[in-house]
Amino acid sequence: MIIYGVAILAFCYVIGQLFGEFLGKAIGIDANVGGVGFAMLLLIILSDWFNKKGFLDRNTENGIMFWNQMYIPIVVAMSATQNVRVAVSSGFIAVLAGLVPIVICAITIPILAKLSKNTQLD
Amino acid sequence: MEIIAKFLEKNGLVVAFLLVGIIIYVSGIISDKLTNKKIPASAIAILIGLILAYIGGVYTRGEKGIADIKIFSGFGMMGGSMLRDFAIVSTAMGASFLVMKRTGWVGALSLFLGIVLSFLSGVLVALLGGYTDAISLTTIGAGACTYIVGPVTGAAIGANSDVMALSIAAGVVKAVAVTIGTPFIAKYIGLNNPHTAMVFGGLMGTTSGVTAGLAATDPKLVPYGALTATFYTGLGCLFCPSILFLLMKIILD
Repeated sequence: MIIYGVAILAFCYVIGQLFGEFLGKAIGIDANVGGVGFAMLLLIILSDWFNKKGFLDRNTENGIMFWNQMYIPIVVAMSATQNVRVAVSSGFIAVLAGLVPIVICAITIPILAKLSKNTQLD
Repeated sequence: MEIIAKFLEKNGLVVAFLLVGIIIYVSGIISDKLTNKKIPASAIAILIGLILAYIGGVYTRGEKGIADIKIFSGFGMMGGSMLRDFAIVSTAMGASFLVMKRTGWVGALSLFLGIVLSFLSGVLVALLGGYTDAISLTTIGAGACTYIVGPVTGAAIGANSDVMALSIAAGVVKAVAVTIGTPFIAKYIGLNNPHTAMVFGGLMGTTSGVTAGLAATDPKLVPYGALTATFYTGLGCLFCPSILFLLMKIILD
C-alpha cells in the first residue's frame, strides 16, 4: 500500500528531525543539527532492512518514490519564495559577502574531493 | 473576480501544484527548443521560480517572494521547509550508504572548512566595507555562512539591526548564487560524482542553494550534497557566536 511507504518516510523524518532538535539542545543552540541527515541515514538503513525481509512491495516503494519525484517541483516552489529582491538590491558589501565565500569554497572542492578519492584506494 | 481570488487563496497548495506543473512543462519546452537540451529543464524551472520571487518581492515589498501575493500563497506551503525536508529525505532511497560511509570523514572536514572559510571571507569583506568592531564583523561573517547562521549569531552576541539585515542579505545572495551558479561551475570543479557532491554540500552549506543547485546539475547527486549541507547551519550556529566570536575578540582587542 502506498500509505505504508509514505508512513515509513514520515517515520524516518520524525525520528531524524527530533534527534536533530535534541542534539541542538544538547550542545546549547537554538537550531536543528543534522535532522535531515539523520532521517536520510535512517531511511537508507530501514529500506535496506525491509528489502532483505521482503516487506517492501512495489506499492510501498512507490509511496517513497512519489516524494522523490516531487523533489524538483518542491525546489521550484521554494525558489519562487526566496527573498530575491533583497539579494538583488542589497548593496555591494552584502553581495560580496555572499559571493566571495562561494568562490573560495569552490576552489577548495577539487582539493578535498581528491583527498576522499585517495582514501578510497587504500 | 473576488470569488476567484478567494478561491485561489483558500486552495493555495493545490493551486501551487498546478502552477509548478505548468512552470516545469514550459521549462521543458524552453530547454528543448531554445537551448537544444544544453540547459536542463529543472535549471530553467528554478530560474523561473527565482524570477517570480523577484517580481513578488518588488510588488509586495515582502520577504517570501511570490508567496506574499495572496493568490500564490500556496507556494509558501509547497516550498516551505516541511515539504522540502520531507522530499529531501526521500531522495536517500536511491543513495549508496557505502559511498556516504567512505566519504564520511572528508564530509566532516569539508563542513568544518566550509564554515571557517565562509566566515573568514565574510569578515574580510566586512573589513573592506569599513566595519571594525568584533560584533559586526562576526555577524557579517556568520551571514556569509547561511542566512540563518547570520541572524542567530547576531542575536546571540547583540549586533545592530542594520548589521543583522546585512548578514541576512549576504546569506540570501549566497543561496541564490549557488542555486544559479552550480550547473555552470560543476564542470570545472569535477562535480559529477557522489564524493564531490558530499564535499560540495559541506563547503557551500546553504541547504536551499546546494539542493536546488544540485537538482539543476544532476538530480542523482542531491542526496549526497543534502546529507552534509544539513549539518552546516546547525554547526555554524554553534561555532560562530562562540569560538569564532571569541577569536575575533582576541584578534581585535
